[in-house]
Amino acid sequence: MTKLDGNVLAGRLTDALGWDATAADARCATCGAHGAIAVAVVYLTAMGAVARCPHCDSVLATFVESDGGRVWFGMPGISALEVTH
Amino acid sequence: MSDAGTVASARVRKHPPAAWHVATVADSRPETPTARRIELDVPTWPGNDAGSHLDVRLTAPDGYQATRSYSIASAGAGTRVVLAVDELPDGEVSPFLVHDLQPGDKLELHGPLGAFFVWTPPDVDEAPRPVQLIAGGSGVVPLYAMAAAHAAAGDATEFRLLYSVRTPEDVFFRDELAALAAAQPSLQLDFVYTRRVPDGWSAPAGRVTKDVLDAATVAAASRPLVYVCGPTPFVEAVAGWLIDAGHRPGDVRTERFGGS
Repeated sequence: MTKLDGNVLAGRLTDALGWDATAADARCATCGAHGAIAVAVVYLTAMGAVARCPHCDSVLATFVESDGGRVWFGMPGISALEVTH
Repeated sequence: MSDAGTVASARVRKHPPAAWHVATVADSRPETPTARRIELDVPTWPGNDAGSHLDVRLTAPDGYQATRSYSIASAGAGTRVVLAVDELPDGEVSPFLVHDLQPGDKLELHGPLGAFFVWTPPDVDEAPRPVQLIAGGSGVVPLYAMAAAHAAAGDATEFRLLYSVRTPEDVFFRDELAALAAAQPSLQLDFVYTRRVPDGWSAPAGRVTKDVLDAATVAAASRPLVYVCGPTPFVEAVAGWLIDAGHRPGDVRTERFGGS
């Protein structure tokens, strides 16, 4: 398991959301801390990626990669995400 | 347009749009004893900001796919994209890129990626800020792109690169960095050799420490933007020392890499 940061999610987020959210501010649903997705702690495995809050270690988002380009994307620990038009 | 709209549009930078592309390998040659510089022709490439990365996706005959992120050493408009890939012997993708990839081969890639760890020249109505780049090993790749973009923009803002590297032979973009620093008085290079120093070097081999950082980086009082890229332990140690030295957390941008 490789410990990285949210920068590595740029491609996955672009595929999932249609835009690169790595510089967007996200709020942790568990502890209320907020910051750019890029500073989240990200663990990569063969199954996908898990992003955790750098303050309280709660799971912010998960990407589970399946065959044929299917991805299960969840944001169980993000209570708000900054979206700029 | 309202005043509020003007303010917002000045703050939000537009980045070239990311998409999936097919690249053709134009050139591949040794960069260091363990790394290769790979130049790609990507006819559909929209250009990229300095510091951005791309994802390379390899597909095996049985359909198994592996995707890894690599920083881009080039920046600006143009469809030639330059990577410098260090081989991780246990890696799944980098040994293929370093040993097997040949000119003419095709690669599937997604990019340009990254809205956070990028540097763009200041707008005309924006006060320029000094920039401190801090690289550990192959983490220099996106920082080299920033230094080159700074030179290409004719930007006179103070730019400083602190580069921690094992030996003189392991320096990425050695000639290019020397040429940039020679042509650009506002760019200063500082090397820290962790295993073996060049002949005549005054300091012994050793890692970056808090004291090295204090001596060889732009002081926090100058409010520099700081970009740190390297292996996870390097980035975490350096970022902690920067905050201790008085840099504001929002001014320190980090990018970690490892195991690919």
